[in-house]
Amino acid sequence: MSGVNDLALKIATVNGTGSASANGLLMQSIFRMGIPVTGKNVFPSNIQGLPTWYEIRVSGEGWTARSPEYDLVVAMNPATYARDIAEVQPGGWVLHDSSWPLARELRREDVTFLGVPLARMGSEHFHGSRTLILMKNVGYVGALAALLEVDRDVVRSLLEERFGEKKRALLDANFKAFDLGFEFAREHFEPPLPIRLSPMDATRDSVLIDGNTAAAIGCLYAGATVASWYPITPSTSLVQAFEAYANRYRKDPETGKLRVAVIQAEDELAAAGMAIGAGWMGARSFTSTSGAGISLMSEFIGLAYYTEIPVVFFDIQRVGPSTGMPTRTQQGDILMVAYASHGDTKHIALFPADPKECFELAVAAFDLAERFQTPVFVVSDLDIGMNDWVVPRFEWDDGYRPDRGKVLTAGELEAGAVFHRYEDVDGDGIPWRTLPGVHPRGAFFTRGSGHDRYARYTEDAGPYTDVVDRLTRKHATAAAHVPAPVVARRPGASLGLVTIGGCDAACREAVHHLAERGVPLDYMRIRAFPFGDEVGAFLLEHPTNFIVEQNRDAQLHHLLLVETAVTRDRLASVRRYGGLPLSAVHVVDDVLGLLRESGGNGHGAAVAGAGSAAGTASGARGPNGGGGGGRAGGPGGEARRGRGAGPSRSAGRDDGGGS
Amino acid sequence: MTHIEKPRVHHPALEQNELGLTRRDYEGRMSTLCAGCGHDSVTAAIIETFWKLSVPPHRVAKLSGIGCSAKTPTYFVKEAHGFNAVHGRMPSLVTGGNAANRDLVYIGISGDGDSLSIGLGQLCHAIRRNVDMLYVLENNGVYGLTKGQFSASADVGSVAKTGEVNRQRPIDPVLLALSLGASFVARGFSGDKAQLVPILEAGLRHRGLALVDVISPCVTFNDHEGSTKSYRYTREHEVEAVEADFVPLRRELTAEYEAGDVREVAMHDGSVVRFRKVPAHYDPTDRDAAYAYVRGRQEAGEVPTGLLHLDPTGQDMHRALGTVETPLVDLPFEALCPGRDKLAEILAAFR
Repeated sequence: MSGVNDLALKIATVNGTGSASANGLLMQSIFRMGIPVTGKNVFPSNIQGLPTWYEIRVSGEGWTARSPEYDLVVAMNPATYARDIAEVQPGGWVLHDSSWPLARELRREDVTFLGVPLARMGSEHFHGSRTLILMKNVGYVGALAALLEVDRDVVRSLLEERFGEKKRALLDANFKAFDLGFEFAREHFEPPLPIRLSPMDATRDSVLIDGNTAAAIGCLYAGATVASWYPITPSTSLVQAFEAYANRYRKDPETGKLRVAVIQAEDELAAAGMAIGAGWMGARSFTSTSGAGISLMSEFIGLAYYTEIPVVFFDIQRVGPSTGMPTRTQQGDILMVAYASHGDTKHIALFPADPKECFELAVAAFDLAERFQTPVFVVSDLDIGMNDWVVPRFEWDDGYRPDRGKVLTAGELEAGAVFHRYEDVDGDGIPWRTLPGVHPRGAFFTRGSGHDRYARYTEDAGPYTDVVDRLTRKHATAAAHVPAPVVARRPGASLGLVTIGGCDAACREAVHHLAERGVPLDYMRIRAFPFGDEVGAFLLEHPTNFIVEQNRDAQLHHLLLVETAVTRDRLASVRRYGGLPLSAVHVVDDVLGLLRESGGNGHGAAVAGAGSAAGTASGARGPNGGGGGGRAGGPGGEARRGRGAGPSRSAGRDDGGGS
Repeated sequence: MTHIEKPRVHHPALEQNELGLTRRDYEGRMSTLCAGCGHDSVTAAIIETFWKLSVPPHRVAKLSGIGCSAKTPTYFVKEAHGFNAVHGRMPSLVTGGNAANRDLVYIGISGDGDSLSIGLGQLCHAIRRNVDMLYVLENNGVYGLTKGQFSASADVGSVAKTGEVNRQRPIDPVLLALSLGASFVARGFSGDKAQLVPILEAGLRHRGLALVDVISPCVTFNDHEGSTKSYRYTREHEVEAVEADFVPLRRELTAEYEAGDVREVAMHDGSVVRFRKVPAHYDPTDRDAAYAYVRGRQEAGEVPTGLLHLDPTGQDMHRALGTVETPLVDLPFEALCPGRDKLAEILAAFR
């Protein structure tokens, strides 16, 4: 299937050796050649010395999901040779360092081994162990460039941009290492390989960017002035990027002082408290964290909800529970953010699918937070947040002005505006608010304890329920104002496929392939909670909706059951949650598997229910267990829960990675 | 009935401050604390302080956590915005609020449970950041609302109302603050308003975090024989280490002192703190000396009070953050959003 501008590479190295920079160079070169490309960094929670992988998928058709069907593996880490070599597709290639012989048992008859003596060439031309390691990385990029026909001039100009004249020695060394690999491959392997690149013009209007940086730009443009945070993978780079941009674009030209406060807090609790304190004052404020941080912030989230203070929380999800796998991706926080904190709480949550939406929904989040005077979550994940994606350039309308919501001004208060903090004067559940320091008549007491519509302390049932019932109405009002789902209908489709967030790329590709295989599906990607009317309507249109998500417990599936009128019999669950970005092949396999089980052909036939066996372990194996052909485990492994995991029907087998 | 409105009665003869406001204008709702509670005396001192300094009531932000102390912001400056938050987390709210609007006057009220147990980390880090605020710690050595458990400030040997004897060493907020490098550290006693008011005045004017630990006896759960936070014990063991007067900017000093008795420390805005009756070799601007002195008096069984340490050169959080003088909430959107052209510049780095 693979061929020109259609290939998947996997590069196995050791972390902390500079390979990330070399891999980024390769990825960016392909992007500059105008070819759609995706890079996935599969890295350990470690500073130096553990295995790390980088996957590059090239798709002239523009599919951006991860592909586990590797045509070529660059095996640079002897510690993982066995699993890396095992993952190459039959007929594929293994590029390895031939300075030392490859153990006989690692050989495979069905793949081609391309040995490049990178270490030996390096020691002949470079000195110092650090330089040797760095140049070895650039060396394999050179060899790949020859094999795949990466434009040498593009690589050279990128290196020049990266090092410039200031680091001339480093630039020359990189050129040299690149050329060594390039020339060796050209002399010994008769390039190009059948899988190769051909320049296109498909990325001219795109950028290559990660979601955390994109979200940071969104915060900058939305006018956020207070950011409080505590370092946690994979969210750390969001506030760091924000701070870097703020230092550049928020500096008072006269005094050099900053029009922003970025505060590294002592923990996530304090980070949440600071953001809420700033929101109370009227600033656009946010904090950025991951699931573990949301757990710690939960008490404060309830406070902001009940006291009705605008604040934005970025949750860059990683694998839970507990510390989980900090450098792997998952969508395990959907239910938590929907109802975070004790007591009756319900929140607004936005689910970007890619970095461009991280930018756009970051801006939307601040508007919604102020309009609805409540915490708003932007729920991203490690894959979106930390990996580089090719997405269309962001756009900005200079006519944009922040929606500050219902805030009484000093003038209005002076003129005698009647102000009761928690009174629903407009019938939409949203009260008016005042900001501290503005006017004596605006003063009121904000409290997390029971309060009535006048913001007075209460322990009485009537005044208490009056306020919390209005909060329910406010949340319902928000459903019509949050970003609508993205729906794509297909002629002849009677079944639906529904997903959320970063699963979008794999699902769109899967829906395309399923249609080619005679299973046309209508597609809906949910972008926000509370669900707008369109969400429920879509589900009721289809006798079966495949709900695709990345968590064990089918959290989106459950949220749809609770928050829409859909019944269990209309939902079937497809879940992958082993920590790697979703692939189309997984979705296709699982949907077809469910259809086979049900005996339907996908044309109007509902999938037969496998029954509801919530919590049973039938068919379930460990995330990296099971699998076929000795290929299970390792970074390519992707868990899939057996049937009967809670939702009425679910996809039903485990498999190893790459298969 | 879960709250009590205080009738608003204005007598024409009531004394007015520079804003033409009387003490009544700085009051709040009726206290619902126990009769004789030390916290009510602290509230009275706070009202006096805000009135004397002529702080516009609506420019005050008053915050608290959870506990008896946390109820008290309701009882003063009713035209201020108040925030009764979650347990032990008042400091982070003040930090964020102050980051957003540095022009308001921030007062945080906390207690020994709120600050020395659940909120110890937030107290330490607010001190470390030197957030510009007056931090009043109403210290009674006991959890009142949950009916009499020891707090982390209870002294070894202190006896609870149930007869239980505390065996764990206390956390002393004054020594803690000194060791953390707090720029303003004081201890008062709720039963001594004359001493407390000047301390609160200086603390309110101080740029940075002013920690004022106030021994504030709990009449219901910790005012009995055997308690070391009772009115009687505190009166018998309190030693006023240093007397302090606060002299606001542009106000004549009327009292006269013997030469050599007085040590003046200028505040950032030109106000002056006058230390009187300073013991020999005691320098309130010398943190190490203050620590050694307080520790020494405690070893002798005394409770030293007064404005114990003042570093008027302390740089508050905004100095460290490098923020503009204008409160961030007052910046127009045009000063915050780089605009369309700059977006092209930003995105050029992602090609």
